[in-house]
Amino acid sequence: MKTRRTLKGHGNKVLCMDWCKDKRRIVSSSQDGKVIVWDSFTTNKEHAVTMPCTWVMACAYAPSGCAIACGGLDNKCSVYPLTFDKNENMAAKKKSVAMHTNYLSACSFTNSDMQILTASGDGTCALWDVESGQLLQSFHGHGADVLCLDLAPSETGNTFVSGGCDKKAMVWDMRSGQCVQAFETHESDINSVRYYPSGDAFASGSDDATCRLYDLRADREVAIYSKESIIFGASSVDFSLSGRLLFAGYNDYTINVWDVLKGSRVSILFGHENRVSTLRVSPDGTAFCSGSWDHTLRTKNYLFVSLQVWA
Amino acid sequence: MSTKTASTNNIAQARRTVQQLRMEASIERIKVSKASADLMSYCEEHARNDPLLMGIPTSENPFKDKKTCIIL
Repeated sequence: MKTRRTLKGHGNKVLCMDWCKDKRRIVSSSQDGKVIVWDSFTTNKEHAVTMPCTWVMACAYAPSGCAIACGGLDNKCSVYPLTFDKNENMAAKKKSVAMHTNYLSACSFTNSDMQILTASGDGTCALWDVESGQLLQSFHGHGADVLCLDLAPSETGNTFVSGGCDKKAMVWDMRSGQCVQAFETHESDINSVRYYPSGDAFASGSDDATCRLYDLRADREVAIYSKESIIFGASSVDFSLSGRLLFAGYNDYTINVWDVLKGSRVSILFGHENRVSTLRVSPDGTAFCSGSWDHTLRTKNYLFVSLQVWA
Repeated sequence: MSTKTASTNNIAQARRTVQQLRMEASIERIKVSKASADLMSYCEEHARNDPLLMGIPTSENPFKDKKTCIIL
């Protein structure tokens, strides 16, 4: 795997990124309040907007590709429709959707552009209607800041998982607002959670320097991905398309690639000059993008022959 | 007075916690051997379609640097 593209343009730490369903566009947000939409094939910036707050910790692309959502220290999640009209000011069309009582740590559109799920430092998650800004459901149960969330992959999926500073990962029913399962085996804050592609399991990355795999039907942790030499927290995790590989970005500036089934590390990737804050595999699985506090986003793609030997 | 309300709140909270735990304890679980077998078979089935796992030919890789065009 090699860095195929480097996207430079943020003036400050990149905090979050998300792929568009068209598999080439990326939205990223940074500490300086800028949210940028890039074309990863050409590295061109297509849209840029400056938020009125700094530390934009969450950003997400709408499933239609026509809007983005972002938020951070302003305690809100705002939706910006994307327009290609040069005369339109993106900031003018901004719609404030979610209101929390503390910072917004994560946001994600559900299957449509109409609903957004948010996670906040106030310890709750919430489901909002984009059009009216109305709160549809709130999810209480975390004992501390909620840092991340991920929606279950199926089209009929009504569940999502969240991870927080209380070391717990909780699975919620979106309709009832109830927590259906909780997992508490990490020894520190859970920074990132991501569903396994089949939806039957999820992985988490934590400040305790481990990533873990939890199976939902067995209701327990089934694997730990750690090494004595890894002592820095994992900030962001994502699976490859088949779920065989787990990519995890760490605070020691590296990305470790784990074999999900064997529990061993397949590869370590160097390329960032500061901690890796966000990592997502593209929707078709051909590449993954990592963002870092070193101000860049790198899109990695690859030729990886040695994996054949492992298998 | 305030200690009484505080302890009532604690009791109410404790009751809620117990109820939640009871609900979580009563869900149906499958054996880990079955769960891991399912995870493994999912990986096997989809491994062929996984570009980051298998590798894709350079011609199909959208991120591979293309040669510059020559305008005739």
